Amino acid sequence: MTVTPTGKGGNMRKPRFAWLAMLAALALVAAACGDDDGGGDGTNGDDPFRIAIVAPSASNDLAFSQSIVDAVNLIAQERGNVTVQVTDGMFVVEDAAAAIRGYAEDGVDLVLAHGSQYGGSLQEIAPDFPDTAFAWGTAADTFDLPNVFSYEAASDEGGYVMGVMAAALSESGIIGVVGPIEVGDAKLYVDGFGVGVLAEDPGATVNINYIGSFSDVALASEAAQSHLAAGADILTGTAQMVVGAIGVASQNGLPWFGTQANQTSLAPDIVVASQVYHWEVVLREIIANIEGGTVGGEIYEINLANGGLVIEFNDGFDLSDDVRAKADAAIDGIKSGSISTGQ
Amino acid sequence: MSDLFTQAVFIAMVASGVRLAVPLLIASLGEMFGQRSGVLNLGVDGIMLLGAFSGYYAVLRSGSVWYGLAFGTIIGLLLGIVSAVIAVTLKAEQGISGIGVYLFGLGMSDLLFQKLVGTPVPISSFPKVQLPLLSEIPLLGGMLFRHSLVVYLAFVAVPVSMWVLNRTTFGLNIRAVGQNPESADSLGVSVARVRYATVIIGGTLAGTAGAALAIDLGIFQQNLTNAAGFIAIALVYFGAWRPLGVMAGALLYGLVNAVVLQMKTLGIIPLAWSDIAAMVPAIITILALVVVAQRFRPPAALTTPFSRGT
Repeated sequence: MTVTPTGKGGNMRKPRFAWLAMLAALALVAAACGDDDGGGDGTNGDDPFRIAIVAPSASNDLAFSQSIVDAVNLIAQERGNVTVQVTDGMFVVEDAAAAIRGYAEDGVDLVLAHGSQYGGSLQEIAPDFPDTAFAWGTAADTFDLPNVFSYEAASDEGGYVMGVMAAALSESGIIGVVGPIEVGDAKLYVDGFGVGVLAEDPGATVNINYIGSFSDVALASEAAQSHLAAGADILTGTAQMVVGAIGVASQNGLPWFGTQANQTSLAPDIVVASQVYHWEVVLREIIANIEGGTVGGEIYEINLANGGLVIEFNDGFDLSDDVRAKADAAIDGIKSGSISTGQ
Repeated sequence: MSDLFTQAVFIAMVASGVRLAVPLLIASLGEMFGQRSGVLNLGVDGIMLLGAFSGYYAVLRSGSVWYGLAFGTIIGLLLGIVSAVIAVTLKAEQGISGIGVYLFGLGMSDLLFQKLVGTPVPISSFPKVQLPLLSEIPLLGGMLFRHSLVVYLAFVAVPVSMWVLNRTTFGLNIRAVGQNPESADSLGVSVARVRYATVIIGGTLAGTAGAALAIDLGIFQQNLTNAAGFIAIALVYFGAWRPLGVMAGALLYGLVNAVVLQMKTLGIIPLAWSDIAAMVPAIITILALVVVAQRFRPPAALTTPFSRGT
């Protein structure tokens, strides 16, 4: 227990410890107040299928975390009798690991560790709960564990389509990309975007700025400003911190291409299109496997062909028929395999 | 590399550094007052977060960025009072209680955001104010004099802080209480009153800093400050508990970040080095802290609660 630095005379100071304890308790309550939403009702008498999500950012971030929460809620609606629990805001990996373990101990049927940064933790936790199914994304590695699925997004495909449109819209021939850290689906999207731009306009310049953070909104905003200074007239970006970059694009009237979730509501005038993740495509397969007795070992992917990736256009943006046709052609080409995104 | 020194890029880069420095400068100045009087408040980031959400929400509801800034400031003031009660009256261990305030701000700002707003909704940002004549100065005008009013006010707060600390009775009392509270007390200075005042100033400015950040970005998101409050505390040490030093530290941190960002955008820093380059501002700050720690001493009574007769 703490003693006072001037601790002479043995003063009675219990009240301040009581106050401190009260504050700490209040802080812990507030800090622990993530959204633990019951998405399914689970009231039809049978044991509900229990799904838990551990996600790095807010469940309504219009980006990575929201994509999985929306998908699981959709699954819950489709199936009924599904209980959904969400622990979001787990940007600290150790906190996420505690949440993952907690759900496993609680007997959840499927624990979704939704963040490539959670892989190391999952590798340690999953062997302790051999009957619990874990799914890890975005990644293409199950660590050879029989109770771990992994899922990833071929976000390079949507990135390519966006890149084609960006090149067609750009007048300066300079396009700016704001990325978080060069990993996972963020890297795939950025790489695919660059290939798409150069496929449409080989003379274009794609300036890529990985800011080194998934959560620093201010830095993402300033990265977008740095693109403007370098002459970019089109911007895109990926991960939850891009809300800052979208603000810069909006203030300057520059077209923005979104990914992970539909970002039109953040800037209805300048969002051209968003690549939207529909994880329910792979979740259906994972749940079917679990119900069939297989609790892991498979790697899944969402892509344009299987409907897990969908390009949603913003009707509020005046996109010319010509550019829209280029986008549609790129989508068809990727689906048919006639176009390679370079991955 | 030559692209970095074209006029447009150079102006934008320095302006970016100034913008990045402002929330840190405001919060650091406030924390400096507390530390000069002997109180370390590690809860700055939590107060910034609640100030950020409050400011954002007020703008969302009222449409006025100035109401937002005022509301965030008032919330900071209230949390400053709470921090002062804990640190001064209850004499809690300052490091632990500060972390409690931080966790409270982190959790409560997110909880309120989820319950009152939900999906992020953009808000208006501060309008840019081009200072007459000054904004027309070649190079400097674009870098320094085409910002929002909050940026100018933040830098005006530096000489004001210097004047308060060095030229007023209140400032003298702050320094006395931070160096030797027993002596100050024996001369009739109310240690508790001075510390209350400085911690409340610190909380108020932290709330202002958070609100300024959210409104400038035009959005709120969970953990929006991204630990800026802790950087602000480090900058007080960096600045050797002096307003000019704090300003220099905030500007250095902001400018290094801006230079690194611009170099990454222009491809001067290769993609493979991006993640390492992102650590440069923190590394420079740590190195500077080491240098400062060897040359300057913190206020002698920093983190020490005061009880008369002990």
